[in-house]
Amino acid sequence: MHEEFMMGNQAIAMGAIAAGVNLVAGYPGTPSSEVLETVAKNRPDGCYVEWSVNEKSAMEVAAGAAYTGARALVTMKQVGLNVASDPLMSLEYIGVKGGMVVLVADDPGPISSQTEQDTRTFAMYSKLPCFDPTSVAEAYQMIIDAFDYSEKYNTPVFLRPTTRVCHAYQSISIKDESEYYVNSIEGFVKDSKRWVIFPKLSNLNHRLIEERNDTLSTVFSKYELNTIDNADSSNSRAIAASGICYSYVCDVLEEIEGEKPAVLKVATPFPFPYDLSGDFLVNHSDVLCFEELDPVIERALNYQCGQEGINCNVRGKFTNDSIRSGEYNIDLVRDRIYDYLGIERYETTRADKPELPVRPPVLCAGCPHRASFYAVKQAMKGSKTIYCGDIGCYTLGNAMPLDMVDTCLCMGAGLGIAQGVNHIEPDTKCFAFVGDSTFFASAITGVVNAVYNQADMTLIVLDNSTTAMTGHQPHPGTGRTMMGDVVNKISIEAVLKGIGVETVREVDPLDYELAVKTVKEVADEPGVKAIIFKSPCIAIVKPNEPYNICSGECISCKKCINEIGCPAIYLDNGKVTIDESLCTGCGLCSKLCPVKAIRRAGEGS
Amino acid sequence: MKNIILCGIGGQGTVLASKLIASAAMSKGIPVMSAETIGMAQRGGNVFSNLRMGEGIHSPMIPKGQADIIIGFEPGETVRMVDYLKSGGTIVTNRRAIMPTTATLSGFHYDGDEMIDYLKRLDVNLIVVDGDEALKELGSSKVLNIVLLGAAIRSGVLGLSEEDVIKSMESLVKPQFMELNKKAIYYI
Repeated sequence: MHEEFMMGNQAIAMGAIAAGVNLVAGYPGTPSSEVLETVAKNRPDGCYVEWSVNEKSAMEVAAGAAYTGARALVTMKQVGLNVASDPLMSLEYIGVKGGMVVLVADDPGPISSQTEQDTRTFAMYSKLPCFDPTSVAEAYQMIIDAFDYSEKYNTPVFLRPTTRVCHAYQSISIKDESEYYVNSIEGFVKDSKRWVIFPKLSNLNHRLIEERNDTLSTVFSKYELNTIDNADSSNSRAIAASGICYSYVCDVLEEIEGEKPAVLKVATPFPFPYDLSGDFLVNHSDVLCFEELDPVIERALNYQCGQEGINCNVRGKFTNDSIRSGEYNIDLVRDRIYDYLGIERYETTRADKPELPVRPPVLCAGCPHRASFYAVKQAMKGSKTIYCGDIGCYTLGNAMPLDMVDTCLCMGAGLGIAQGVNHIEPDTKCFAFVGDSTFFASAITGVVNAVYNQADMTLIVLDNSTTAMTGHQPHPGTGRTMMGDVVNKISIEAVLKGIGVETVREVDPLDYELAVKTVKEVADEPGVKAIIFKSPCIAIVKPNEPYNICSGECISCKKCINEIGCPAIYLDNGKVTIDESLCTGCGLCSKLCPVKAIRRAGEGS
Repeated sequence: MKNIILCGIGGQGTVLASKLIASAAMSKGIPVMSAETIGMAQRGGNVFSNLRMGEGIHSPMIPKGQADIIIGFEPGETVRMVDYLKSGGTIVTNRRAIMPTTATLSGFHYDGDEMIDYLKRLDVNLIVVDGDEALKELGSSKVLNIVLLGAAIRSGVLGLSEEDVIKSMESLVKPQFMELNKKAIYYI
């Protein structure tokens, strides 16, 4: 063992490597992406890693590996689990041979997601065992344990850290290479009674799954990470917690003088460790639960009180003793614990702060998406339109002054929504915007649907040659894999043509006049047509020479500020100014300046 | 136990500064935990790092009223975090205000000097750094984080020396930037 300072996601990756993982597949999504990247970076010989095209593919690839006896890890964020749920729900009925861990990162808040869904609830629904770490160190240990349980009980298991564990850093003890587990792979053994799902097999296996989960509930009651702290406390009021909330509780209790209340930590929310929690409940009059997202622990404890006739008052979200949505924080937990234990709260806020500016996330200076949105906006001025957005950096096209995202639902949904609106409102020009990575992940079937069902819509592919929002992962259009291979790029244009989209135009959005002209021409054609706006993300290429404002010529009309909202352009004491450290020289502002006062140094007027 | 908050705007270099402090503390055998903003919020939004060093710490998030020092890369962002600072704590802040795009659009008036004036009225040890001046003199727009880190070290609150941090730079900073960063750390 040795000490290292690492991020939660890195710890999970290093734990998987120590557990002898043979295959890792996933799809990027905050806060999960660094797990797969860390395995790829530290990949031992014989370990295969891929960014799959989406979470469903990743789940199936990992399942196939686990069928052979390999140890497999599949990674995604919580909404990705929705995409992967079809194979996973059935996989639970089939089971696995090699250990298989399904890493799903939940995002209370949500901080960078569409939903506040709880993978612990999904675990109950899908019947998969679930591990829920409270810290970086615990996440490292848990993934190693999760592989063992998975293999022992022939079931995929969840590891579900939340953002504050995924992205926390901690100095932790990790294994040396000599201590790594080496998995011997038997290989796939043909047995259609085991690997082919039929109603009869599902019926038989369902009974076995329920029995196994009863067994696991008992086994988990003795699992070393399910614990009761301060078990001999004389206080009849106790606390139950999980995940990062447990760590907040511990920090708050460090502050308290005198005897501390008992704390039940639930590391395995499913199957719930009822033997352990039963002992805990009977010894207390009240239990206050701290858990983000769904009231999983609270519900289980309430159920147990009813089932076993235990007279304990379980409090939490159902009783409004803690908040029912949003992220918890240590201050909130402290205030609730102080109230609960009858300790006086202390004031921590400083009064009379001056008003502070709001800083919502915006498209970066020089982002080619800004130019694409602006070109469509200018071309369609005066027309009745709907702009259906999608998931990625380009969701930020919704911000003023661009205001070019009318809808956004989930990955790939923009295409379907544009079609639905088109069928009801044939006189609306329907646009769907999708990024290159999202195109491959979940937009292709939407295009097939549109062509087959004769929709009238324009698809705009914003191709910046990367998966920008989640940290620049490669995808099928980039020609690079996570194994470091250079492979044939899959052409978005060829895919669209193959599906039967007859008009597919590729344009550089920074060629402003051509971009506007192309949109005007294409939008007027009937049927399904597409424009691929191709220009790389500013974060993966060197910036061009910045532009300046020739102050003698600027008429302060502020058109550059009011039309495109580039963060590099600001007012300095009423004077329009370009921040040269932010400007990437995209030149979009220079094209719309009515007096051509925005130029590069040395360029004449 | 030491609680340190670094805050600013996405892209200003708070993360590297936080990593340098963590690495320097760890090489002295001090346990470290930290947390930072990652993801969509980085796109021009306000960002923070929480850094906690010492024994008996369970979560990476600093409670309000318990930070020993705030290292602020932008005066408005420094003010945003003052509730986390303990009474009598230290603030190292850059002077230059950065206008958000939305403020430019809406005409919202935002004044950096007003922020500094507010900080002066607090029960804190305030160190204001003229980052623009420093960067001009150092001839690089990229080392604001190191200049501020140097000022924080000089305040004595971190319990680390310039040499401790320079040692951790060797593994975290590209060799061609070492000289510049060394100059930057001793600037204040």
